[in-house]
Amino acid sequence: VNSGELIWTDDPPFARNASEAVNDSQLRRNIRNATATIRKRRAGLVAETPDWQELRHAGAAIKDDVLHHLDGYLTQFEQNATDRGARIHWARDASEANAVVTEIIKQTGETEAIKVKSMATQEIGLVEALRRAGITAHETDLAELIIQLSHDKPSHIVVPALHRNRAEIRRIFADHMPDAPKNLTDDPHALAEAARLHLRRLFLKTKVAISGANFAIAETGGLLVAESEGNGRMCLTLPDTLISVVGIEKLIPTFRDLEVFLQLLPRSATGERMNPYNSIWAGVTEGDGPQNVHVVFIDNGRTKALADTIGRQALRCIRCAACLNVCPVYERTGGHAYGSTYPGPIGAILTPLMVGVEHAPQLPFASSLCGACYEVCPVEIDIPTVLVKLRRDAVKAKPHRAEDATFQAAASAMSGRRRWTAALRSAKVMRFLRHTAPPPLSKWTRTRDLPDPPGEPFRDWWRKRGQG
Amino acid sequence: MRVALFATCLVDALFPDAGKATVQILERLGQSVEFPLEQTCCGQMHANSGYFEPNLVRRYVDTFEPYDAIVAPSASCVGAIRHQHTMIARDAGDHTLAARAEQTARKTYELSQFLIDVMHTEDVGAYFPHRVTYHPTCHSLRMLHVGDRPTRLLENVKGIDLVDLPRNDECCGFGGTFSIKNPDVSAAMLADKMESVIESRAEVLCAGDRSCLMHIGGGLERIRAGVRTMHLAEILASTERETKKP
Repeated sequence: VNSGELIWTDDPPFARNASEAVNDSQLRRNIRNATATIRKRRAGLVAETPDWQELRHAGAAIKDDVLHHLDGYLTQFEQNATDRGARIHWARDASEANAVVTEIIKQTGETEAIKVKSMATQEIGLVEALRRAGITAHETDLAELIIQLSHDKPSHIVVPALHRNRAEIRRIFADHMPDAPKNLTDDPHALAEAARLHLRRLFLKTKVAISGANFAIAETGGLLVAESEGNGRMCLTLPDTLISVVGIEKLIPTFRDLEVFLQLLPRSATGERMNPYNSIWAGVTEGDGPQNVHVVFIDNGRTKALADTIGRQALRCIRCAACLNVCPVYERTGGHAYGSTYPGPIGAILTPLMVGVEHAPQLPFASSLCGACYEVCPVEIDIPTVLVKLRRDAVKAKPHRAEDATFQAAASAMSGRRRWTAALRSAKVMRFLRHTAPPPLSKWTRTRDLPDPPGEPFRDWWRKRGQG
Repeated sequence: MRVALFATCLVDALFPDAGKATVQILERLGQSVEFPLEQTCCGQMHANSGYFEPNLVRRYVDTFEPYDAIVAPSASCVGAIRHQHTMIARDAGDHTLAARAEQTARKTYELSQFLIDVMHTEDVGAYFPHRVTYHPTCHSLRMLHVGDRPTRLLENVKGIDLVDLPRNDECCGFGGTFSIKNPDVSAAMLADKMESVIESRAEVLCAGDRSCLMHIGGGLERIRAGVRTMHLAEILASTERETKKP
């Protein structure tokens, strides 16, 4: 199975990446500013939505229904979309999906494509796969364009270039965008205008577009893309050929269900009451928009995640990234440290669930389990519980001898009154450890003092008191 | 009402004052309390590190099942008892234990929950003439949802100068073994928490979990910040006759 770019290296070393990231002052400031802004906007909008908790329950319930009857909804979508003139393709993994998209484009005879921002195509590494086949796919989302021009990787699900500030973006445009104006400043309007002119040329000449989808509506065979810039709308309407790569969990049963999700998504994702552009299409409309319409459904580990009874709730995810914006770990490391297309709390569960925890055993440990992610999740994914469950799986899949022994020794000491009392009385050795702590305790004492151990454990006080 | 104290392994081993203070508060309110000596640990440290220990769940349930209520000076441990014990028992295939664990968890209370929801008191007759700031630990805030119970109790303490902790809902970075497995991220989070504590100009940082306080206090001590950490119970146990020294 080829999972594409779900993880960037087998066993991405989060702890090491994170140690480097926390020392990058520029990165720290960029991420702190950006997440604080979105966090504040989201909180304000949630506060003005009186039925927010009911919406969350509804979102979770609709998605759970989809996950329980995925086969039925997928075939319903296939039937309706086919009836409306779309071609449906099925891909088990990244390489199958990339092969399907490559073949469709080759049949058009084109060598260029424009792209709507999409996590699914990011996940399968589509742009790279197309490049190897001689096809250039241009990202048209402003942030994705910044990433593509600088040969970087996205660091956030909704705001991929969140780790860059405008001075850095000016530099990237000046160095890598051939048609950038000579005297480009870092004024946001000037930067946006430069990107706009660059992209406009691509929109007008390119015959093939690639997108993902936020929702796939089983009842109508329609897809929905929500975006802020309108560049997605350009891609979805101007070219002759439109290929959408969609995860099988993106389904919702009916058009009416959008009532719930189009309230949850923009508030959670960008802190807006609605997305500036919501594009919905079903198959082909004669004389209007793309006439050669394809939908490529990908599994790529989703059925593996579905088989995990505790973990499957991660498939409710609507990719809003609210969990990233509130995560104190993400705020200090940024997205790249996770070494996965899906970073942050949701990435720390979704990625191991999809690729197998043995290939990403550090990710479930990339959390202090503070629970802020669960609190904001618009579809009530209990991320902390899934993290704990995946830690158990990680320990089983990749045993660590010294750690196993330590925890076994602790469990043994806690297994009976006499053993425990003896262990408590030996806690006084900490007085010695306070100053000469060996690893891994030294990781604690590097930045914090150890507490001065008490004269006697609590239970000794209790017993003496009873006698007195 | 037969009430048991679950001291938690950390308080039993390293922070007995929080346990003594809990006993003092309850007895002052006329509630006798027992400390069953068979108790050890709720198993959270193991579970959160990837080691599910159904034996620790069984020990907890066996020890505390006979009581009407169990009170613990830790939101984190009570959170684990309420949210992890049944999962761990079920995972081990022991559905009888899971059912018993659920029952026992239901009558296990964090200190501020017990005082307000069971004892129906917000004023425990405490006296503590110091400038104090309260850090709502993540598990008290988002797992147990204790809300403003601890601050309602603190507001009724005579002589106290209770001040807000800026950005108080942010995690301190402890996270159990997270602090060892990801020491640099943990330290970065700690730095921001210490900044908030110093900004509050408090002389005492108070919380309902000794674990988080061990981490924040260890950092404050390292930089000689001149701020002491005290468990909520220790402040509530202080009286004019017996003032705990910050």
